[in-house]
Amino acid sequence: MAVCVAVIAKENYPLYIRSIPTENELKFHYTVHTSLDVVDEKISAMGKALVDQRELYLGLLYPTEDYKVYGYVTNSKVKFVMVVDSSNTALRDNEIRSMFRKLHNSYTDVMCNPFYNPGDCIHSRAFDNMVTSMMMQVC
Amino acid sequence: MEQGPGGAAAGGAGLLLPLSDTEQQRYSELFSLCCSPAPEGGSAPAPAAGGSKVGDLFRASQLPADTLHQITELCGAKRVGYFGPAQFYVALKLIAAAQSGLPVRIESIKSELPLPRFMALKNDIEMRYGNAAEILGVKFQIPHPILEKNSFRRSDEGDKKQETKSPPMSPMCSPPASPSNYQRIPLSYGYGKSRSKLEQPHGVSYEARHSTHQQDGPATGNYGSKSALVHSSLSRFLSVESEPQDSSNYPDDPWRITEEQREYYINQFKSLQPDLNSLISGSVAKNFFTKSKLPIPELSHVWELSDVDCDGALTLPEFCAAFHLIVARKNGYPLPDMLPETLLPDYLQPASLKPKRDCALLDSYSESLSVSQQTRDFNRTELETVCEDPTNSEPLILFDVATSIVEPTSVEEMPDKSALTQDANSDDNQALNISTTTKTIPKDFKPSQHLSVKTVVQESNTLKARPRSRSYSSTSIEEAMKKGEEPPMPPPRPQKSHSRASSLDLNKIFQQNTQAVKSGWLPPPPALPPRPFVSQTEQVSEIELHPQMNRAPSQTEESSPMRKEILLTQPPSKPIRRKFRSENQMLENQELTPTSSVTSSLPAVKPHLPAQKQSSKQKRAIQTAIRKNKEANAVLARLNSELQQQLKEVHKERIALETQLEQLRPVTVL
Repeated sequence: MAVCVAVIAKENYPLYIRSIPTENELKFHYTVHTSLDVVDEKISAMGKALVDQRELYLGLLYPTEDYKVYGYVTNSKVKFVMVVDSSNTALRDNEIRSMFRKLHNSYTDVMCNPFYNPGDCIHSRAFDNMVTSMMMQVC
Repeated sequence: MEQGPGGAAAGGAGLLLPLSDTEQQRYSELFSLCCSPAPEGGSAPAPAAGGSKVGDLFRASQLPADTLHQITELCGAKRVGYFGPAQFYVALKLIAAAQSGLPVRIESIKSELPLPRFMALKNDIEMRYGNAAEILGVKFQIPHPILEKNSFRRSDEGDKKQETKSPPMSPMCSPPASPSNYQRIPLSYGYGKSRSKLEQPHGVSYEARHSTHQQDGPATGNYGSKSALVHSSLSRFLSVESEPQDSSNYPDDPWRITEEQREYYINQFKSLQPDLNSLISGSVAKNFFTKSKLPIPELSHVWELSDVDCDGALTLPEFCAAFHLIVARKNGYPLPDMLPETLLPDYLQPASLKPKRDCALLDSYSESLSVSQQTRDFNRTELETVCEDPTNSEPLILFDVATSIVEPTSVEEMPDKSALTQDANSDDNQALNISTTTKTIPKDFKPSQHLSVKTVVQESNTLKARPRSRSYSSTSIEEAMKKGEEPPMPPPRPQKSHSRASSLDLNKIFQQNTQAVKSGWLPPPPALPPRPFVSQTEQVSEIELHPQMNRAPSQTEESSPMRKEILLTQPPSKPIRRKFRSENQMLENQELTPTSSVTSSLPAVKPHLPAQKQSSKQKRAIQTAIRKNKEANAVLARLNSELQQQLKEVHKERIALETQLEQLRPVTVL
């Protein structure tokens, strides 16, 4: 369902970014980059008092004409950004949440691999397969 | 096994059927191969291929026997009684047809057929080379006696195949320049590979496995089934075992772990983690596997494949699987995308725990069981290649040692292994059954193994469905904060009393002394006397404190417990002194507590003293002063330690509060 999936590190550089090849990938890169500001805003908006209750799922970051951008941040400030097609109206919040949960699980699996150094780009085939399955559902 | 584009089928070169150039070439090669060993083959009436060799070749095509009979009939050999070139070509072409799935008919070979494919070579090579090399692909369905040795060396084969490509012309021979261990010995077939160094004239069946293996490591179906490659180099290891091949039982042979491999892996596991039932942590495993000098991305992929439960640690079967994958990779097999079935933990679990003794049991099985010798050979070749071909790939530091060690024992273990592999190969389930049966001897291992198997199986079964235990809840921060809050909670109650009462310590000490003096003659048990004295000391201390210390004992009640503590702690040392210095103390007490009634009793106790020791009064005074100072020091030291403790606690509080503050503060990352 996703048109583009990105994993952003704590320092706001991408660990993994992948789009449906048919689209203009650069456009999605730019979109993800601009959405980081919104993510930061949402994180800081919680404030000190709310940090305990801060949800990992950030929800819709901002919609545009063609697509919607959803965000998710982990406790270690690793951000997942997903761009979905706006025309896909059947996509509900729950489904987005479940997709992010799958992403998070796969990400932790990648982390478990001792040969993976945190901060490196993610080259795991299992992770790729999972992302592909998410992206393929749309088509 | 892949029949690929058909086995070599002979067409009557130009007699009846059109043959492409490559086909013609190939067939002629084959024919000459068949003929060459038999010099008379080329003689008139017509060059005829040696019947036995032809039979071998046909069997190597891995077609069922009745098909071969059919082919033989059709090609007319039976009619003429020998395999002339025409018959041979027709037969070859029929074989190709049969291998491509066409019915064995004369009509079927009239059409264009894919190039014959023999086990030996795969893919395009075969396509290209109609040579003997390709013919090598003819699979042998040779019954046991013929197959004596199976040796399979993938990497070697690969090299050889290429070599064979080059000298297609010389079927018979040209043993490739590379070391002889070449598997195939289809004797009569020069196939390029057939260096029949190996004795078996009959043969060897060539396994298409090689080709398939090279294509994709795991998927070599023909492995077990038919042909056993006679491997000269392996001859020393291999005991003759004939195995009937059951096709497609060993589709993933290269991914099967032989017994000796497993033992080696288990030993390596033990070197990292002595307890076989526990896990090897990720960092330990990382260091270990990094020594194999494979590139990190590949090691990362191996880890991904083998750590099935994704816990960042390796159990014994996971470790064996990972190790096996690495060994395979070092031998040139590409890494699979999915973990092969035979490397799954629940498959490996019972076997991995199989103790060595099982090997002994399997001796009896060696004869009866058919072994996929290729697997064995393969495995052995892996080990061999590791040690023997240092140039092949960078030798594994660890693995080399092991393989060299393993080799000498391989000879004896050959039959065992063959039996084992046969067991394993026959059927996965059967393998498990056999393994369990063979475990009868090590019964004591069984329960633990099974238990661990079950647990592992259960774990693996629930892997996919395992609800991730990772808590992504936002309450994690709360919990952390709560934990941070907890430490500061307990107030330093005892210290407060301590600190307050510390000022009274000195008084209490004196009180103790006085009291001790009272009962000085008796060695007071440390705990008891202070208590009765406390009540007295309370009164006395109150009286004495004011005049002497000028300290405000605001809480006498608190001081009393402190006094008791002091008394309790100090008496152990005091009695000794008191015994020795009771006289001094008495005197000192007399001096120190002029107003106490207690002291007044002292002189009564020792009337003789003042008279005797006027000269030593000074000494005693000094000693008293010294003692006082020491006591004061002790008190102050204790006070100091208490204050230090308070300070530590305050520090902790401060740190906790600071961390809380940091958590609460919005994170700004740049």
